[in-house]
Amino acid sequence: MSVVLFRIDDRLIHGQVVVGWGQATQAGFIVLVDDEVRASDWEQELYRMGVPPSVHVEFASLEEAIELVPAWEADARKGIVLAGDIETMAALCEGAPSIRKVNVGGIHFRAGRTERLRYVYLSDGEAARLKRLSASGVEITAQDVPTVSPVPLDAFA
Amino acid sequence: MSERLRGVVMAHADLGTALVEAVRVIAGDEAGLAPVSNAGCDRAVLAERLEAAVGGGPAVVFTDLAGGSCTTVAATVARGRADVRVVTGVNLAMLLEFAFHRDEAPDAAAERAAAAGRAAVREVPR
Repeated sequence: MSVVLFRIDDRLIHGQVVVGWGQATQAGFIVLVDDEVRASDWEQELYRMGVPPSVHVEFASLEEAIELVPAWEADARKGIVLAGDIETMAALCEGAPSIRKVNVGGIHFRAGRTERLRYVYLSDGEAARLKRLSASGVEITAQDVPTVSPVPLDAFA
Repeated sequence: MSERLRGVVMAHADLGTALVEAVRVIAGDEAGLAPVSNAGCDRAVLAERLEAAVGGGPAVVFTDLAGGSCTTVAATVARGRADVRVVTGVNLAMLLEFAFHRDEAPDAAAERAAAAGRAAVREVPR
């Protein structure tokens, strides 16, 4: 198992992921699953900017990602796979059933969402979506940085 | 003379507020700087905070970490604005240089501030 983290984070590739998780997991590659960024060379360049040259960065659409998960899991390097929202990660898990664990890393305030943890705000619909995903056998925990303990889904959704 | 530049220091946690306060202590109240924090928000809300701080005039946005959410959001906002430039790797020397050269165009001010910030990073001889 070479993908050490499947993470939902609405800031996509940013400091917490690159510095925090990147260092702690010794990740050799980071994948961002995001249809919009996949379609924009400029945005890809932007998200590459903060990643050290020793870490490979890849961008995939959801459709591509579903095909590529087995290759990422067979990669000799350790990897982090990111999605910016619950729906994308849930669809990825449904398309690629080998994914058994998902980290909720950061879902911030927006109208209709309530605070569940300092870094997790969910609407009732989003909480229900996570519970459905969990019921299908995917272990879901929240954890913003590697130095704290993961919080089980029951405690925040 | 063109409109004086505004500076926005956008950074993690309270770093922006602290840097703006440090500039004020050294350079006085007319430094033209405003802080923005990325605490507790997603990219869309962070972009709104930045746009409110930049306002309608020319500006330079200073961010703390290349590849951090502040920098990627600032780059996205600035992309749609010919009069807004972004410099990352903010430090106090960079902001002081900016504070005293706010009559320049955004391109020139950003270049000058970046050069001052780079020059300020060095090992101190023993």
